[in-house]
Amino acid sequence: MSTLERIASHLERGEHDEVRTLTEAALGETLSAPDILEQGLIAGMQVVGEQFRNHEIFLPDVLMAAKAMNAGLEVLEPHLGTTAVPTQGTVVIGTVKGDLHDIGKNLVGIMLSGAGFEVIDLGKDVSPERFVDAAAESGANVIGMSALLTTTMPAMKSVVDLVRERGLGARTVIGGAPVTKEYADEIGADGYSFDAANAVECIRELTQRS
Amino acid sequence: MHWHGDIHIDCATPTETDVLRALGVPVDHEPDARTRDLVREGIAELRRLAKPRGIFSSVTTEEFADIYRGEGDNNEPSPLADVFPKADELALFAATIGSTVTERVSELFNAGEYALGGALDAAASEAAELVAGNVARTVLAKARHAGRASEATRVLNYSPGYCGWSLTGQGALFAALEPCRIGVTLTDSFLMEPVKSVSGVAVVGPAGIHDFKDDYAFCGACRTHECRDRIAGLRGATPRGDSYEHA
Repeated sequence: MSTLERIASHLERGEHDEVRTLTEAALGETLSAPDILEQGLIAGMQVVGEQFRNHEIFLPDVLMAAKAMNAGLEVLEPHLGTTAVPTQGTVVIGTVKGDLHDIGKNLVGIMLSGAGFEVIDLGKDVSPERFVDAAAESGANVIGMSALLTTTMPAMKSVVDLVRERGLGARTVIGGAPVTKEYADEIGADGYSFDAANAVECIRELTQRS
Repeated sequence: MHWHGDIHIDCATPTETDVLRALGVPVDHEPDARTRDLVREGIAELRRLAKPRGIFSSVTTEEFADIYRGEGDNNEPSPLADVFPKADELALFAATIGSTVTERVSELFNAGEYALGGALDAAASEAAELVAGNVARTVLAKARHAGRASEATRVLNYSPGYCGWSLTGQGALFAALEPCRIGVTLTDSFLMEPVKSVSGVAVVGPAGIHDFKDDYAFCGACRTHECRDRIAGLRGATPRGDSYEHA
């Protein structure tokens, strides 16, 4: 088994110490940082995403794998600074204005990073203007919005409307406990996801289409 | 009847099974040792940081009818609209585990400690529900003590945002109860701060008054239908933590 395969394998099992050590070893073997990222860390995280989607593993396993990915990234980051790393796309995410729940949104961010997307996490209680400004500045492909309250869901429509008004190319995806596919259709969002794994699929599909 | 105060951390401590379920691990799945250790660590962190508190205040049926009406956004019909007029006792309540736990969850996520952050968040959500259950049982115990409830009487909580009671109902509930006395406030979007808080009405009466089918128009959008377990639980054995202990 190659070092990259071993990184992926340990990441799948959420073994962060091993991932860190092997990532250092891979750099020592003069493997390039982008290759280690793509063929080691992201490859492992993609398997984790698939297993989670198929209910073969559960949230604690995903979170342990994410921690392992983070351990590898910490080693890689100084070596990625000047290298152009290909990404699947850029996604601006946040919890909408008035809503302070961010665990679901955090999980989406973790899964998106693991799948090779560049994630700009605006945090919680994010105004429509901040979503749209961040997407415009970063040239984001997708804006992902989360809400846990029925009272804050209308803020999602404000973002969708503002994207249109400003003529941005970014697609909009919404999710969260009270959000439904029907609501996404009603407000004109481009996508709806019912959980974090599904969000990755939905966003991947949208970025490949655009 | 009115009460507010601290609640012992033992009454706000979920079991490992509770936390695993909250993390989406199916009950028939045997977690590995690392997952169990993670959940234990989350619970230990919760016990270190949580400050469980509760408040309740009895209201008459007429008073509650006004509060329930709120801003007129409720679904009609709804289970609670049928249930509360049959109650022996109604008490507005709020329960919280404080803000420190949520702050710690954010810290952990920001530090890349996703697994422990997730376990602590799940434990905290369960803890807030346990505190709410404890407050409700205190309402029931005091009603029994005052001779307004028998040993066969049960209590069940209903909260704005669920079962047809609009989340905007939080406004009237908070105005009447004043949960700020235990540090719980409401934002413009009717969100409670600290986030790990629960509010609603504790409905005391015979178990049978809560018998409703989950076939209301809004039940189709509900993902858990956990009302089934809660109602069934009223007829079962005494729930865990029935004794109420305040710190």
